[in-house]
Amino acid sequence: MAEYKLKTPLSDDEILKLKAGDKVYLSGIVYTGRDAAHMRMIETLKNGGELPFDPKGQVIYYVGPSPARPGYPIGSAGPTTSYRMNPFAPILIAQKGLKGMIGKGKMSQEVKDACVKYKAVYFASIGGAAAVVGSAIKKAEVIAYDDLGPEAVRKLEVEDMPVFVCYDAYGNDLYEVAKKEWANKL
Amino acid sequence: MSNIREINVSSIEESIYNLAIEAAYKLPQDIHQKEKESLEKEKSPVGKAVLETILQNVEVSAQGVFPLCQDTGLAVIFMEIGQDVHFIGGNLIESVNKGVERAYKDAYLRKSSCDPLTRKNLGNNLPAIVHTFIVPGDKVKIFFDAKGGGSESMSKVQMLKPADGRDGIIKTVVDWVIEAGPNPCPPTIIGVGIGGDFERSAILAKKATLRHLGDKNPDPRLAEMENEILTKLNNSGIGPAGLGGITTSLGVHIEMEPCHIATLPLAINTACHVNRHKETII
Repeated sequence: MAEYKLKTPLSDDEILKLKAGDKVYLSGIVYTGRDAAHMRMIETLKNGGELPFDPKGQVIYYVGPSPARPGYPIGSAGPTTSYRMNPFAPILIAQKGLKGMIGKGKMSQEVKDACVKYKAVYFASIGGAAAVVGSAIKKAEVIAYDDLGPEAVRKLEVEDMPVFVCYDAYGNDLYEVAKKEWANKL
Repeated sequence: MSNIREINVSSIEESIYNLAIEAAYKLPQDIHQKEKESLEKEKSPVGKAVLETILQNVEVSAQGVFPLCQDTGLAVIFMEIGQDVHFIGGNLIESVNKGVERAYKDAYLRKSSCDPLTRKNLGNNLPAIVHTFIVPGDKVKIFFDAKGGGSESMSKVQMLKPADGRDGIIKTVVDWVIEAGPNPCPPTIIGVGIGGDFERSAILAKKATLRHLGDKNPDPRLAEMENEILTKLNNSGIGPAGLGGITTSLGVHIEMEPCHIATLPLAINTACHVNRHKETII
């Protein structure tokens, strides 16, 4: 398992270096979105409209942060459960060139297939380590769907955000590999 | 004849307010302790690293700026009300809701309640889910549970057949938690409700997640089942954050009540590693 420092946007070459289990310290711009924002974005695409940001080469973090206190860019910001974005992720990957998603928990075979076909990666973050992640976010700005509150689309600036490569562009699944490796080791 | 004790609902509001804020920022000591012990025992290097991050998260949050989790939950309240209590000064449930609304606003907690169909966020985290129980005495015991959506979604009620028995219960729980895998933020605390009826089993399961971690059910049959399930879960390989290891669950708590001769209700309520609950007695 290798460690990499990467800066968004991500290129195909960078994606192809990554293998399930690698640890990545991610820096640069990361966009947030979860259920409600994805539903709106997909609806917009269906109607031929423009998305609030260009997903090409970008990474979406599945998070609905807690409110920022005065003087802080954001509140706590750990990952939400990703399977709820199963219907949306393959569309953004295939049609818009999205290169990465950050979340927690399993996603569908369709998402895995899209990662292979279009060279994208699903990163796993540690659910419930939200204060650690939130305190490491440098800047946060709501760029769309303000009415959704915690579910609004935000543009985050992160520095060395630690994530694990969960689904790589070769069809590997870290959750499955790790579970097999550590079964019956008590 | 017992004397009636008057309690002003404003004191209930104040208690709820304080419990909600404390729950969001300070992990219960028993869970914190168990996580430290798990770090010592964990054999997977990634599992250890995840547990270290989880413990670091507890420290950062305790400073009072960043809540333990961004999902500060729906407010679930179990209230055991002594039958000799008479509430004065307003409506009990309204006072609970006022305490929740103020806490979530003042302490910068996320408001997560929404219309189930339009998904529009209601913006105040209301209503609180309130379960009241009438008990002997003149006290009010309040359990506050900030229940996040990720772990709650990995919960279920299943009506087993009586013939499924003890082994069927164990298999159903183990299979369910293993299938949930990384989704509910392991290491989890698993609440299991056996018996009662359909809805009673669910309430028992949730109440079980609020038990002091490490306390066994006093019924030795159930204590043995708790152990057996916990061992199976920690042998699943799922580990902290689902990234592999021997710490998949911190505890399994079973509560049981009699059921109908034709039924075997089973409920599983999953709590994540930031199982935020606080209690007080008025």
